[in-house]
Amino acid sequence: MASVAQSAVLVERPEIRTTPQLASSIGAVQRELGFWERAYGNGPLRKFILLAILAGIWQIYGVSVGNNLLFPTFTDTIAAMWSSIQSGTLPARVWASLNVLLIGYGAGLALAAILTVLAISTRIGEDIMVTLTAMFSPLPSIALLPLAMIWFGLGMGSLVFVLIHSVLWAVALNTYSGFRATSTTLRMVGRNYGLRRWGYISKILIPAALPSIITGLKIGWAFAWRTLIAAEMVFGVSSGQGGLGWFIFQNKNMLDIPSVFAGLLAVILIGLFVEGVVFKLLEDNTIRRWNMQN
Amino acid sequence: MYPSPGPKDTQQTGPHVAPLLNIEDVTLQYVAGSMVITATYQVSAKVYKADRFVLLGPSGCGKSTLLKAIGGFHKPTEGTIRLHDKIVTEPGPDRMMVFQEFDQLLPWQSVTENVMFPLLCSGKIRNRKEARDRALHYLEKVNLSKFVDSHPHMLSGGMKQRVAIARGMAMEPDVLLMDEPFAALDALTRVKMQDELLELWDDTHFTVLFVTHSINEAIKIGNRIMLMSPHPGQVKAELNGLARDEIVGPKAKELERYIHQELFADKIEEGVNHG
Repeated sequence: MASVAQSAVLVERPEIRTTPQLASSIGAVQRELGFWERAYGNGPLRKFILLAILAGIWQIYGVSVGNNLLFPTFTDTIAAMWSSIQSGTLPARVWASLNVLLIGYGAGLALAAILTVLAISTRIGEDIMVTLTAMFSPLPSIALLPLAMIWFGLGMGSLVFVLIHSVLWAVALNTYSGFRATSTTLRMVGRNYGLRRWGYISKILIPAALPSIITGLKIGWAFAWRTLIAAEMVFGVSSGQGGLGWFIFQNKNMLDIPSVFAGLLAVILIGLFVEGVVFKLLEDNTIRRWNMQN
Repeated sequence: MYPSPGPKDTQQTGPHVAPLLNIEDVTLQYVAGSMVITATYQVSAKVYKADRFVLLGPSGCGKSTLLKAIGGFHKPTEGTIRLHDKIVTEPGPDRMMVFQEFDQLLPWQSVTENVMFPLLCSGKIRNRKEARDRALHYLEKVNLSKFVDSHPHMLSGGMKQRVAIARGMAMEPDVLLMDEPFAALDALTRVKMQDELLELWDDTHFTVLFVTHSINEAIKIGNRIMLMSPHPGQVKAELNGLARDEIVGPKAKELERYIHQELFADKIEEGVNHG
């Protein structure tokens, strides 16, 4: 019965048996990519071309505006940048900014590390961290600057204080969520090895949470830059050490707009360098190598 | 009453031999939401040295929970688990676990480093070179010599499980705890891995506690098979396994039918109760 019903429904065909050809007779099982395919696959080259196009658009728009006080062209900006590099002012300003930035960033990271380690070690630590982050994370650092100036005066102290505020919560939150997202299996593996406390955190949780930690570091870095440039515009000239923000502000006062653009361009270039070289190297040698992120 | 043990494959465990692992009336409970769920109820078992002890049962019989309790990850609400007469209270490298999940290898370490890591951080071996030699030795045993420098993401599922087994064995633990290690593998690889595990056992006679829900796997692997009933997990039977040359054939079929019946009887009762 069943076979009759089946043969009515199914289409009958002869069976097929073949021998696959040898790979050598087919020819192109593997082939090298062509020049253009390789060029397109090259991330830095793609990005460089993109930047060149953006600079081109800038130049065209600048020429069409034709007013250096409103919108200097790309070449004017580069010229202004070159002359301030030669005079030594721009490098000094960049150095002053980076100096404060690294101190603030470092201190922020250290505090974030302490906070997150407390948060995963104890329940009360977790409550403290979650509450503090919820309270302070939405608060713009610049809003704290007036207070900081009263507490720490016009100088490095205030800047470092607002920098810590801008870095701490972003890094702590990302690190903490990375720890929380570590798979149960990996946690059990770590405890199975008899790892506890700091050994467990440093050998299992931190590497496992590295993708989130690096994201936190990047966000923290961007926040710190923004905060610093903004804060330096409020006061930059304490003890004669203005940073980049002060450079921009001062040149605006003198209506030297190409130099203002040069200052902004310097901020962007440093940002690109840190993102495209420092963080990229870090990622390539860690999480990308281990395929924890594509 | 069930297929008597083959002479060469089972050891003589007279009453004078002390068990390696002694599970006494262990009740395990865990909290899920607002409920306390009893995973196992008063389970007892004795595991002797060189046993290939299989915990077999349907899902929900608490076999994995029991294994994790032996691993030290769950504290029994009642009863004790003793390893060498010492009560198990926390996880430790004397009970290495092999999990079902492929993500049990540390992705930031190469295959060799993954095997070396527990040796070094448990303090079992302090010398890096010695740890490396031992890791390479065990990786060779699981046929992974070609992949010692690869990172876990480059390996297939079966290879990852082999690394996990090598990692467990390299520690030379008192007992190797395997939690459905082959369940996520395809059928062909699974059979191959079972054969390899038996070969490894022939080689070093390590003690292993093996959780599975596959009757075939239990018969193939175990020299002693504990059947557990679900909701909550209780001991239904503890059977002797078959000799190696009997794991395919009429005796195996008979044992399989018996186990199937034992586990299946539960389902009918359950159906009646809930129906």
